[in-house]
Amino acid sequence: MMSVGLEHYLVLSAVLFCIGLYGALVKRNTVVILMCIEIMLNAVNIALVAFARYLVPEPPDPVVYSGQIFVIFVMVVAAAEAAVGLALIVSIYRSRRTVDATEIDLMKG
Amino acid sequence: MAEIPEYAVWLIFLLPVFSFAFISFVIRPFFNKKAELAGYLTIACIATSLLFALWTLYSVLQTHEHQLDFHAHEWLVVGSHQISLGIMVDSLTAIMLLVVSFCSLMIQIYSQGYMHGDPGYCRYYAAMSLFTASMLGLVMAGNLIQLYVFWELVGLCSYLLIGFWFHRPSAAAAAKKAFLVTRLGDFGLLAGLLYLYFKTGTVDIGELHTMAIAGGIAASTLTLAAIGIFAGAVGKSAQFPLHVWLPDAMEGPTPVSALIHSSTMVTAGVFLVARTFPIFVGSETALTVVACIGGFTAIFAASMALVATDIKRVLAYCTVSQLGYMMLGLGAAGLVLAEEGHATLELAKVATAVGIFHLFTHAFSKALLFLGSGSVNHATGTFDMRLMGGLRKHMPWTYLTFLVGSICIAGVWPLACFWSKDEILVKAFELSDARVILFYLGLITAFMTAFYMFRAVFMTFHGEYRGGASAAGHGHGSHGHGDVHLHESPPVMIAPMLLLFCLAIGAGLVNVTGWFDRFFGGHHVVGWDHLVRIFTASENNNVALISSIVALAAIGLAYAIYKAKRISAESMGRTFRPLYTVFYRKYWMDELYERIFVVRVLLNGLFRVFQAFDTYIVDGLVNGVAGGTVMAGRLIRNAETGRLQTYALVMFAGILIIIGLVYWLT
Repeated sequence: MMSVGLEHYLVLSAVLFCIGLYGALVKRNTVVILMCIEIMLNAVNIALVAFARYLVPEPPDPVVYSGQIFVIFVMVVAAAEAAVGLALIVSIYRSRRTVDATEIDLMKG
Repeated sequence: MAEIPEYAVWLIFLLPVFSFAFISFVIRPFFNKKAELAGYLTIACIATSLLFALWTLYSVLQTHEHQLDFHAHEWLVVGSHQISLGIMVDSLTAIMLLVVSFCSLMIQIYSQGYMHGDPGYCRYYAAMSLFTASMLGLVMAGNLIQLYVFWELVGLCSYLLIGFWFHRPSAAAAAKKAFLVTRLGDFGLLAGLLYLYFKTGTVDIGELHTMAIAGGIAASTLTLAAIGIFAGAVGKSAQFPLHVWLPDAMEGPTPVSALIHSSTMVTAGVFLVARTFPIFVGSETALTVVACIGGFTAIFAASMALVATDIKRVLAYCTVSQLGYMMLGLGAAGLVLAEEGHATLELAKVATAVGIFHLFTHAFSKALLFLGSGSVNHATGTFDMRLMGGLRKHMPWTYLTFLVGSICIAGVWPLACFWSKDEILVKAFELSDARVILFYLGLITAFMTAFYMFRAVFMTFHGEYRGGASAAGHGHGSHGHGDVHLHESPPVMIAPMLLLFCLAIGAGLVNVTGWFDRFFGGHHVVGWDHLVRIFTASENNNVALISSIVALAAIGLAYAIYKAKRISAESMGRTFRPLYTVFYRKYWMDELYERIFVVRVLLNGLFRVFQAFDTYIVDGLVNGVAGGTVMAGRLIRNAETGRLQTYALVMFAGILIIIGLVYWLT
């Protein structure tokens, strides 16, 4: 029976990151872009906890939880980011009646 | 009498500076009603300078090498370059100081009468003081930078004085012309000085003398430097082809012309060549240039004097011609020295004696002649000789002095210029090969000089009076002589003329025994019998006899044409019509410069190029930078799509590149 190792987690993480990136770059709906960014963040979170689980020091050394703590921080920041991002989208929708990213190009040179 | 202390030598130059400053800053603003103070102050200061100049001459005579040594004072230190401020007093300086201060003093006294009542009286004396001061500073400058400063000051003062009656457009134009034309030569001088400085590292005249004679400077350097210095001299001393300013400079008051033509300004060029003569001695090319330009200018200017009708212009061309003689004398003496080989500093200094002696004698006679022409103008109100005539009876003193001045310039034994001119001709005769042609040029010039001087004398003083300014319908000498009536000039004008008259007769005698040459370091001693023996001795192939005969023949011809009227001047003019036209139109040199050089070459040529450079290169550069920025902005703004996702893509690509680079580098 195949045991699940670090590589599996990392591959999962990479696949999720790529899906998130693809969505963030090509989707028109701003809300979907925001969701894709969340996916990318979570992909990184998976990688972080995987490293934290598999790359711990050997028993004589003290156990460290920096990886897990990092993930907690990322989740907190992601929650804040989602809140701000959604607020922005609502605000943009109110003024322009659209959430299409390709049409929000006021900064065009 | 003790040797002159350094401060007294400085005072020779500082006293006229003081009178200039005092007149400009005190008398003119506060006491303009008492303008005669300016004249008295100038005369007092220059008289004192003359006394100190005499003391200097005495002191120089007392020393063994005829040179006083004074330490130079530090003036400027720029990095490792040091420029000092010093005075150099040798026989050349002593003679020049004497000539300048004496002629200037005579002219200032004369001006008391001539400029009486002129509204610019204070300004006149201020400028004359500065002019004299600059020339005195020039002749005693110890290094070339200092010399150059005074050289330019002389140019400035000539501008101020030639354009003294600046309300006349012709005077303003003449002043501008004089300034610009001499500046052209000054450029050469400056280039020569800088070149010399960068090659030798010194501007001290004494050091340069020693280095040049000892062979410490390469021959090519000497040639280039000498040619550059000579270019300056050509401008200031009105040699061909920069002589055009001098005849026009007659627009200034007559005493100014007298000062410019006798001892200051135009002699500065001759002095400069004499001062840097050891540099010239090292280069036969430069000496040949000096001699040829001098010889050519002498005959060239004399030919134009033959047909001039303005008495001051006759004298002006005469000056140019005589300056040519001086240059010829310097060049020929240098060439003779170079042919003999083994030039030493002493020999180089003696060689200048020939040219400087002519400067010395010419200064007195030319000042005298100009003062005479001023006196004539004072009476008739015009300078046009065709409107004069018969003044002999009305102005006996002016006639006497002018006649003697003319005889002197014509080179008749035993007056002053005979001796100096004879020496120059003898030197030119000693030249080898084709260069001896310069002697014949000099001889022809001597003939022409005697002819045009006596033409002037006969036209002005003999025959019947032809009406003066009133006949011309308008006053040429428009400085306040309303009613013109023939009268002798006041004593204040006659007295200086008489003093100069004595020197025009006697100044040549100082070199009869070779005293002047010995003063410059020569050793040749001859007895007083040389006074007569000059015609019999075979040593100089009787150049003296030939030149005397030539001069007398010319006087005779002038007598036949203008006094006895045996030959009609008009028929002569018709016979030689083309030649007459060429001389009368001054070889079209003015037209050449104005139409061809100024209009074609400068205005339509060079200045167009400058304008194009400004429009297309300078403006183009500025506009190009601005336009380039705009263009770059237009290109770059295409990258600013305003689309969030494009930016994100680029950012991600950037991150990938960075990761790739980090991976690849480690």
